[in-house]
Amino acid sequence: MLGYLRPDGRLGVRNVVAVAYLVECARHVAHEIAAEFRGQAVHVIGFPGCYPNPYSHRMMRQLCTHPNVGAVLLVSLGCEGFDRRGLMAAIEASGRPVALVGIQSTGGTRSTIRRGVEWVREELAHLADVPRVPMAFSDLIVGTICGGSDATSGLTANPAMGIAFDKLVAAGGRAIFEETGELIGLDAYMAERAATADLAREIGACMQKTESYYSTLGHGSFAAGNADGGLTTIEEKSLGAYAKSGHSPIVGLLKPGDVPPSTGLYLLDVIPDGEVRFGFPNINDNAEIAELIACGSHLILFSTGRGSVVGSAISPVIKVCANPQTFKRMTEDMDVDAGRVLEGRGTLEEVGAEIFALIEQVADGAKTKSEELLHQEFILTYKSFTPIGPSCLPTAA
Amino acid sequence: MTPLLRLAETDPVAVATRDIPAGERVSLGDVTVTLARNVRLGDKIALQPIVAGERVRKYRVPIGVATADIAPGEVVHTHNLRSEYIPTYTLEAGHRFGEEA
Repeated sequence: MLGYLRPDGRLGVRNVVAVAYLVECARHVAHEIAAEFRGQAVHVIGFPGCYPNPYSHRMMRQLCTHPNVGAVLLVSLGCEGFDRRGLMAAIEASGRPVALVGIQSTGGTRSTIRRGVEWVREELAHLADVPRVPMAFSDLIVGTICGGSDATSGLTANPAMGIAFDKLVAAGGRAIFEETGELIGLDAYMAERAATADLAREIGACMQKTESYYSTLGHGSFAAGNADGGLTTIEEKSLGAYAKSGHSPIVGLLKPGDVPPSTGLYLLDVIPDGEVRFGFPNINDNAEIAELIACGSHLILFSTGRGSVVGSAISPVIKVCANPQTFKRMTEDMDVDAGRVLEGRGTLEEVGAEIFALIEQVADGAKTKSEELLHQEFILTYKSFTPIGPSCLPTAA
Repeated sequence: MTPLLRLAETDPVAVATRDIPAGERVSLGDVTVTLARNVRLGDKIALQPIVAGERVRKYRVPIGVATADIAPGEVVHTHNLRSEYIPTYTLEAGHRFGEEA
């Protein structure tokens, strides 16, 4: 594997120019700038809100300084509440080229697009010179998510991804699973896997928070399509979702934006702290993918039974299809046919090994199906978190 | 190959690994059941009688509580199983996935 060497010493698996809008009012201009570079590594991210929110500011900081990102163009309307100078300073401090175009000060839509396109064109040319250096599994962070789940997800794709995760951890990599809203009912099992008693307590508290949050909202992390796909309850969905994590000990508990410090399997707590505010924790799969990427994930393993097609800005998404019927119908969107296990055309071990091999190939530059199809979904909403406690992370070795 | 997959020996339900028409007799070990209705890939089938109020396990883990008596060969789903945590949301009766657009 070769990775792109960033000035801060971290290695990326992609070499992206991020065009980041700082309020919904600047989104169209950001997309028009990126549209000039269709098919090239220019991705749009952004925050739609006009009012400040520490969580989303931190998310944007982590995303703009992600190792897959080589340069950042910030697109501002001018009067929004986003701390654009703070974001710009953080990106500069990371050693990345950054520029800010303000629509109001530049003179409107057309002139801002023109200026943005010029800047991106120059930076793309510079990024071609970023050195690629040998990359080890210990440099790699992989996140996992399931979306469009059905009753096959927990039988094939998720356990196979769990096997790949075990291989990744054994090779020295860092693995993150999340969807605490889809781990309801499994508190005791997770606590048993925690590396320390303190961490087990933290995970227990995190799951209590999760249950109470969703109870207040009156709706679990469960879509009508899940039930149509044969999943009956959130417990049953959780059981399948949990299989993604494999069998390694859980060494740490993260919140969005926390980068895992060392080898091992981490749980990402995606449920806001404090009283219930701002609505559902993650309004769709991409909100979770964005959080996994903000935690440093170089690539994402995505299992689907019913057939999700999404990819993401910044990090490639590997689509593992759990359902053999869905795979036949949507082959063009799927990287791995895990559902073949149900038809006796392979074992979970074989699929797990295939996924692990694919992690290495994609990290080395091979494009995933969703990348080839130009899927670059992104969403970021309001949330609030308190920082993680000292017992959440492994002590420095 | 049997189209039923039991994830743990002690589970009272098995999972269908393909679509199976109503009336078909399917076997798993020494249990044979006749399917009460059309079964789709991923559906859960009762392998033994389950009484209302009983906790149902899959992969040894509780996945909910039976809301009705369930006979062997019946599908176990939202009509006879409820969550112990958060109610399951489904679309209005009569909605059929895959027919729209």
